[in-house]
Amino acid sequence: MKVVNKGIDKLDAMSLVTGKPVYTDDIAPENCLIVKVLRSPHAYAKILSIIIDKALKVPGIECILTYQDVPQKRFTMAGQSYPEPSPYDRLILDEYVRYVGDPVVIVAGVNVKAVNKALKLIKVNYEVLKPILNMEEAIDNSIVIHSEDDYHLNFDIGNDVKRNLCASGSFKSGNVDEELKSCHVVVDEQYHTKANNQAMMETFSTYTYLDYNGRVNIITSTQIPFHVRRIVAKALDIPKTKVRVIKPRIGGGFGAKQTVVSEIFPAIVTMKTGKPAKMIFNRFETFCASTSRHEMKIRIKLGADKEGNIKAISIYTLSNTGAYGEHGPTTVGLSGHKTMTLYNKASSFKFDYDVVYTNTMSAGAFRGYGATQGAFALESAINELAVKLNMDPIELRQKNLLEEGDIMTTYYGETLTSCNLDNCINKGKELVGWNEKYPYRRISDSKVRSVGVAITMQGSGISGIDMASVQIRLNDDGYYTLLIGATDMGTGCDTILAQMAAECLECNMDQIVVNGVDTDQSPYDSGSYASSTTYITGMSVVKACNKLIEQMIVEASKILIVQKETLEFDGQKIYNSEKSITLDKLAQKLVVGDGNYLMANASHSSLSSPPPFMAGFVEIELDTQTGKIDIIDFFGIVDCGTTINPKLAKIQVEGGIVQGIGMALYEEVSYSTTGKMMNNSFMQYKIPSRLDIGNIHVNFESSYEPTGPFGAKSIGEVVINTPCPAIAHAVYNAVGVNIRSLPITSEKILLSIINSR
Amino acid sequence: MQIKCTINNRIFVEDIQVDMLLIDFLRHLGFLSVKRGCDTANCGLCTVWIDNKTVLSCSILAVSVNEKHVTTLEGIQDEAIEFGKFIASEGAEQCGYCSPGFIMNVLAMKRELVNPTEDSIKHYLSGNLCRCTGYMGQLRAIKKFLNATRGGCLSESS
Ligand code: FES
Ligand code: FES
Repeated sequence: MKVVNKGIDKLDAMSLVTGKPVYTDDIAPENCLIVKVLRSPHAYAKILSIIIDKALKVPGIECILTYQDVPQKRFTMAGQSYPEPSPYDRLILDEYVRYVGDPVVIVAGVNVKAVNKALKLIKVNYEVLKPILNMEEAIDNSIVIHSEDDYHLNFDIGNDVKRNLCASGSFKSGNVDEELKSCHVVVDEQYHTKANNQAMMETFSTYTYLDYNGRVNIITSTQIPFHVRRIVAKALDIPKTKVRVIKPRIGGGFGAKQTVVSEIFPAIVTMKTGKPAKMIFNRFETFCASTSRHEMKIRIKLGADKEGNIKAISIYTLSNTGAYGEHGPTTVGLSGHKTMTLYNKASSFKFDYDVVYTNTMSAGAFRGYGATQGAFALESAINELAVKLNMDPIELRQKNLLEEGDIMTTYYGETLTSCNLDNCINKGKELVGWNEKYPYRRISDSKVRSVGVAITMQGSGISGIDMASVQIRLNDDGYYTLLIGATDMGTGCDTILAQMAAECLECNMDQIVVNGVDTDQSPYDSGSYASSTTYITGMSVVKACNKLIEQMIVEASKILIVQKETLEFDGQKIYNSEKSITLDKLAQKLVVGDGNYLMANASHSSLSSPPPFMAGFVEIELDTQTGKIDIIDFFGIVDCGTTINPKLAKIQVEGGIVQGIGMALYEEVSYSTTGKMMNNSFMQYKIPSRLDIGNIHVNFESSYEPTGPFGAKSIGEVVINTPCPAIAHAVYNAVGVNIRSLPITSEKILLSIINSR
Repeated sequence: MQIKCTINNRIFVEDIQVDMLLIDFLRHLGFLSVKRGCDTANCGLCTVWIDNKTVLSCSILAVSVNEKHVTTLEGIQDEAIEFGKFIASEGAEQCGYCSPGFIMNVLAMKRELVNPTEDSIKHYLSGNLCRCTGYMGQLRAIKKFLNATRGGCLSESS
């Protein structure tokens, strides 16, 4: 391969590193109205009245909207393929507010000062209601969070909204309870993962204007332009033809921008006033009025025989979706299906879940999407099982690992077509120096160095649902335009999709122009989430390029007057043993006279979602007197199939591991007793800095995925899953305490040490 | 009030509100490389130079640059390109949103520290957050850049 599997620079690299104005707020016109939202100070309340007279008189205020001024059609902000599995439980503005931060009034004015002044002058009278803040108290509470009559479901998701149950479900194979009885050792523990904030550096940002056809144009930092178009149209109760969405460069997403967070507010202001409007969330709002990772409590029962053959795995997940159900019914599934599948050799499996409403900020999508939470629970339990069996945790895993060719009972019955996890584990074991370092070494009176391990899997797109189309055009002069609907959110999909096209068309990267997303121009793509872009959109690129080559050969055969079967294409020319035409010539001929401008379209979806795999190994230094942890080294060994661009893949792995370290050690969205978010800034919610992460090392042990483009699977999400369980394991190996509730803070470690004495 | 300052070697005389922050002043004048990532002076995205010293432009008032010289990434494009190529060849500009502030600080560090160790590099830049890359690629880029532009090696990390 000439272009694929090469560390090519990102197409947009130089404009990003020279600070060009390419993000939403950089390109918004100066004359946009500034849009802000007055938010609820109460976790649960009914609005009795809103007095806006004084605010309206503030010079420069153009528009103030309350729930009485906006369409009352329920929708979900979750960016998922239609019909969405998430319940329709939202209004743009509602008479009820369900968490601290829920929008109450939309204010737009000519400048920030006027808007801020108006916000202060609005008076809202609330009937304050008692909230539910603890997810374990949600089911069958006398308080009901959603009692509206127009609450709507597209599917049977095991919902019982009167009981605050957003979704529930169960899966089983074999008889777990019977198996557990006959097991030699059983681990039965509960693990608690917390809400986290995606904390991408660019906050939610959108601007909108009406074009000369009276259509609302939405320029927005999103992962899901096509879902934004549909959801905004639904919320505003206007036809989809009236909405156009454009995605400029994005300053990170990590799932946060898989939900329609900021778009609707400026859009409705533009609709009402006819004027351009913009809404740039500040960091406080980005923390407390968006969506977080779902908090989960996961009970694991795990049984094995004397030899360490895992017989039974049972998982019960209680997931907190917060005030609204965005991604609630879907994230939870991954906590079971994308964890226990690793131990596919077990004879019985059980997975049950409940997803509940509480009066906290809605949860949503965050890299890993439930698999991260599940990985902490099950991998920790596997490590605890190894202790009970008195067995090396690596040996225990390798004994029970799934293998290529396996039918994965707990993974929708799919067959595993590529897997190199075993070698990932071997490699990591060697690199971390497991045999010398496991379980721990004492460095001084108070310092211990120890190692920990975890393995994980994710998916590549959502099987049977995610859909991507691309179009490739042959332009005069023989260069190509690649139109995609997939959303480059910094991770470089514009570049890697161009690499695939260049590989198929046997040309240089500079012969491919990539056109990012504009819903008026780009072919449909469900969006950049669920680790789908390389695998799903990539395959569309391959298909479209092959079609285009066929078309070029047909046209060349007409010009050369030869049988098309005799012709071949080598990137420069189309030829047979006698005749030949250069691409350049062909392209020029096709755009004059009775030419034929060539465009090839292709769509792709996949009936399977081949899992990428990763083994994570950590070495930490723990201070036994303070509980402080320092990460020394983290080794991430990844099987993502063929790496289309190894250098960009490596950065994704490093970035994912560091986010995982943050989640493991200190990231936690916490609430006061009245439901107010306590840490809504980078002052209080700490993400890792470059001093906190030790050394990260990345290796690829690639398998070849036959259903993926050039053998590729996905990379984006699997990389965040191992740090939490691996670090928890290292802590156990250092001081013999199991921390089962994230984050693994020094306080928790020290308290556990003291309590275990 | 009226202030007079130099931004990227160009003189500006502007009438501004006294409570305007430097970041908003700069963006208003079209220096859009200056990014805002937080409201609490914690992210480093808004880093610029005043009289060649790095400052967080979100944390000072625009009026305080009266009679001073401000530099943003727009003013040092040649250096940005030079270092930027090293970042690009590591793939360490993922979303790129943190890049301008980060690069301003790296270039200031290059002027200030002689043969810095890996630890002193990390300390110098610890106020520049990046959520995408995990920092390792940035560090590789910095080391290669310093080596290439100084013709010498870094002293080893302690
Ligand atoms: S904007 Fe975050 S430090 Fe200035
Ligand atoms: S590259 Fe995205 S924040 Fe640094």
